[in-house]
Amino acid sequence: MTALAKLAPAPLLSAALLGLWLVLARSASLGHLLVGLAIALAVPHLTANLRLKVVARRPLVVVRYVLRVGGDVVRSNLEVGRGVLVWRWRRPQSRFVVVPLDLRDPFGLAVLSMVTTIVPGTVWSELAIDRSALLLHVWDVDEERAFIERFKARYERPLMEIFE
Amino acid sequence: MSPLLSGAIVFTLGCYAVASVLVLVRLVRGPRAQDRVFALDLLYFHAMLVMLVLGIRHQSDVYFEAALLIALFSFVSSSAMAKFILRGEVIE
Amino acid sequence: MSLWAEVAVAVLLVSSGLFVLVSALGFARLPDFFLRMHPPALAYTVGSWCVSFAGALYFSLLEGRLALHPLLVIAALGVTVPVTTLLLARVALFRRRAAGAPDTPPPLTPPRAP
Repeated sequence: MTALAKLAPAPLLSAALLGLWLVLARSASLGHLLVGLAIALAVPHLTANLRLKVVARRPLVVVRYVLRVGGDVVRSNLEVGRGVLVWRWRRPQSRFVVVPLDLRDPFGLAVLSMVTTIVPGTVWSELAIDRSALLLHVWDVDEERAFIERFKARYERPLMEIFE
Repeated sequence: MSPLLSGAIVFTLGCYAVASVLVLVRLVRGPRAQDRVFALDLLYFHAMLVMLVLGIRHQSDVYFEAALLIALFSFVSSSAMAKFILRGEVIE
Repeated sequence: MSLWAEVAVAVLLVSSGLFVLVSALGFARLPDFFLRMHPPALAYTVGSWCVSFAGALYFSLLEGRLALHPLLVIAALGVTVPVTTLLLARVALFRRRAAGAPDTPPPLTPPRAP
């Protein structure tokens, strides 16, 4: 293990903590920089027992995934908003859908649960204990098979590329 | 502050106020405990948004800290209440 | 501050207000708990994003330097909101199964035999 890896065992966490400190302090003066650096170097050592080993690959896929989720959030926001406004005239076909899962990595599943709750129109309701299936409540679904295919291709496969 | 911006701020705060009244209706009507917890979480969230908009209105940064604190309190209280109605106790 | 910046901030604020209003309308009006869980996501996402971007833009122009702190709200909400939403969905499923509500799906993992 090199000296740098020993000093900062979780470089991404350290960078995020330093960034958070500087943004919260709203200045990048020498004093704030030093305190931020001290926190960024101390906290990963203090929380070493709490942290699990996570390997995230393919930064390009990560960026594309984040942009796609952002776009989908805006699109389904407009869809659900319109659905609420025309509720009196047209009822959406909302129901529970069981999605079989191929993703097994706990971090991938955590990100998937975040994405499904952030995107309006899907609510993560239950995960089977052996992580083989997922119960979703969907706002408007015409055809269940097509929805499952689309969900797996859009949200699950990139996470498998990143975490597995 | 220009009349355009202050008008937009008044309109936004009005929207939040009406939205909070609607959520309050759900809080009173229920019908079950989970509806009430969710309504309370949304009320906290509206208070946070009001804080952020007031920060722009008064050109002050202090409101931002209050908004962040309200967001954290809403997280703690809602998850504790959800855990309570799920299990009957908060810490097992 | 230039006129265009003010127009941008005003448009962001007004659209946030409208999204929050529509989400609360849906929350108060829809008949079923799981249907009611969808509209608040509107407020949690676009409703708060618009206000945060408006705040970042406004304070950046006001102070003449990059002010990113309102964007921290987006990060904080992105971490905390899914946890409460998920817990509440679990609570609703659990209590509806316990009460024997008719339109509730069975558990994905069959309960172990005693």
